[in-house]
Amino acid sequence: MSRKLFKFKGGVHLSEHKAESNARPLHAAPLPGKLVIPLRQHIGNPAKPVVEVGERVLKGQMIGAADGYISAAVHASSSGIVTAIGPAAVPHISGLPDLCITIETDGRDEWIAHAPLDYQAMAAADLRMKLRDMGIAGLGGAVFPSAVKLDPGAAHSCPTLIINGGECEPWITCDDMLMRNRAGEILQGVAVMRHLLGSTEILVGIEDNKPEAIAAMQAAAQSLDFAVEVVAVPAIYPAGGAKQMIETLTGKQVPSGKLSTDIGIQVFNVGTAYALACAVHHGEPLISRLVTVTGHVLRPQNFEVLIGTPMHTLITLAGERDDSTGALMGGPMMGMPMPDLEVPVVKATNCILVKSNALFPPLPKALPCIRCTRCADVCPAELQPQELFRFAKTGDFGRAQEYHLFDCIECGCCSYVCPSHIPLVDFYRYAKSEIWAREKEKRAADLARERHEFREFRLAREKKEKAEKLAAKAQAARTQAGLDQAKRAELPAAPAPELATAPSDADAKKALIAAALARAQAKKAEVAPKNTDHLLPATQREIEEIEARRAKIHELARQPLESEEKKP
Amino acid sequence: MLTAILVMVVLAVTVGLVLGWSAVRFKVEGNPLAEKIDAILPQTQCGQCGFPGCRPYAEAIAKGEADINQCPPGGEEGIKKLAELLGVEPKPLDEAHGAPKPKSVAFIDEQLCIGCTLCIQACPVDAISGAAKQMHTIIAAECTGCELCVAPCPVDCIAMVPIAEDLPHWKWKYPVIELKRVA
Repeated sequence: MSRKLFKFKGGVHLSEHKAESNARPLHAAPLPGKLVIPLRQHIGNPAKPVVEVGERVLKGQMIGAADGYISAAVHASSSGIVTAIGPAAVPHISGLPDLCITIETDGRDEWIAHAPLDYQAMAAADLRMKLRDMGIAGLGGAVFPSAVKLDPGAAHSCPTLIINGGECEPWITCDDMLMRNRAGEILQGVAVMRHLLGSTEILVGIEDNKPEAIAAMQAAAQSLDFAVEVVAVPAIYPAGGAKQMIETLTGKQVPSGKLSTDIGIQVFNVGTAYALACAVHHGEPLISRLVTVTGHVLRPQNFEVLIGTPMHTLITLAGERDDSTGALMGGPMMGMPMPDLEVPVVKATNCILVKSNALFPPLPKALPCIRCTRCADVCPAELQPQELFRFAKTGDFGRAQEYHLFDCIECGCCSYVCPSHIPLVDFYRYAKSEIWAREKEKRAADLARERHEFREFRLAREKKEKAEKLAAKAQAARTQAGLDQAKRAELPAAPAPELATAPSDADAKKALIAAALARAQAKKAEVAPKNTDHLLPATQREIEEIEARRAKIHELARQPLESEEKKP
Repeated sequence: MLTAILVMVVLAVTVGLVLGWSAVRFKVEGNPLAEKIDAILPQTQCGQCGFPGCRPYAEAIAKGEADINQCPPGGEEGIKKLAELLGVEPKPLDEAHGAPKPKSVAFIDEQLCIGCTLCIQACPVDAISGAAKQMHTIIAAECTGCELCVAPCPVDCIAMVPIAEDLPHWKWKYPVIELKRVA
């Protein structure tokens, strides 16, 4: 190798245990009777189910659509009937169920119509959306939707593209086997990545303990129309970490809190490149991957497994042995213990490591930290693990963040070398998830504060509006009352003038009542006879005369009756 | 002598002008201490502290009218943070104001709801949707779990449901490690 390599700080030399599983040829795992496909297999929003219970689905049919930008679709790994959409056991350390689609396979393995993509003719954004809909996500472990990573963003290009074939964790050999058997396809995927990212330098980093893989990749790289440099990197854990691989190959460090793209480098796992090639050149979505089944089994080996296959099926295929003490998903350094072996293989499942007490004796009891700083010596992220441990243990999360807790890649080197056998990484994971939870709580509190303040504002506004409405009404009533008063003043006899003139004070209610009273009085006054008051003496005399005449007529009217009475 | 006095007077006037101008220019609206306290409070708006919401409680603390241990939803941690901010000794939660409970959201039994809107009026964060004689429902994402809607309900159809742990809300637990006996 002519390329000058760099060394990252720390790291540990581990016994590889690769030979157990990479000696046997690659096999396709048989089609299981039941596939359980979780909708949350990637980082970001879980996919939204787009099929219904009882529906027949074909192999490669989208059953969960990507929800948002940072998301990826999920697909039926084989043809069959959807029997359930609901919570089911998933490969997560907590053992909590999550939304899954269960498919009863029909054994016909019937593909949905699919065709290769002419990626060079497609617009970059359309191609990325297509890849998102084909469920392509990083198969190195983080399962980040690849479509997002394939967007060079504002920079318009990413000069360096690194294909990570490090596979530094002991026991795991799925990337090794993929490179040995499918080097050509991996590089086809790399061509698509190069097309999307506009990269000019393409490096494939492979640990030097995989000479067959290096040879296969170099041979495949010869036939390409662009330059791909296959570089053997020293085997030291965690050389396969993205940031460590970048440093080894380029000597550049990704600054804290930044992305590798900020320094013009993008890293993809070899498995992702292969999945991308399948999607583009065959139109096949991500429905299978290579899985190493190793550890305490009879025939450790690699399988090509359909997503959704129960892990136990694979362990049985590899030859289950007695006295196993559970299984890890992933390797011994970063793998997660599985709560149950019936959980399905997902996009993130690179290895199923069956444990036994002989292979993985239980951790000795812990001793207090003696501050020997061996953890700091091996930390590849150049952190102070002993300080982080202290802060995480005492719940001083603010200080932990000041000490760059979030730069920890959870590689497990510190726990591995700790002479006191303290599970340091568990403390960092605890601290990280506490910080995230607090962050979430803080956001919820901010939302509640905002909503409460808006409610207070709304209530005050409603009160003010009501008062204004009332005042306007009172004003109208006052003007009306004023008019009435004026009208009454024109009339000769305006009764109750003291009431009509009373409402000149500001009190709206009083004014209203007064106005109402005034109106009532006015009505009453209209009904009452008014033409007999304040008359001229002449008229008065006339009226009196009329009254006298009336009385006389009344008198006369009574008289004939009297005469009649007298007649007889 | 006169020059010295003149210099001092000019200096005093200049400094006074600058100070006066900055007092107007950089005037701080509201009480910044109350803001800081309010940022620590959990914004449940439950009123268990004896004040009508978190903001009035924060203002009362800032004025020294209320103690820091009256907020059950904030719990011990909230008290610790308040003590740190105010430079006082943390103290245990005042039991008179209630005990901390697991975080819950209200749930309306829609079979029983008569649509009286009393809970809507009680909700401090407008997290209940509904109208008169229409069934009401809780907007779970907005509910702070203050329980203020429970008491006004005339048909007792509101229950507080503790938030169940699911994958997105799952947290790594504090590692329990067995220590080796050395002595």
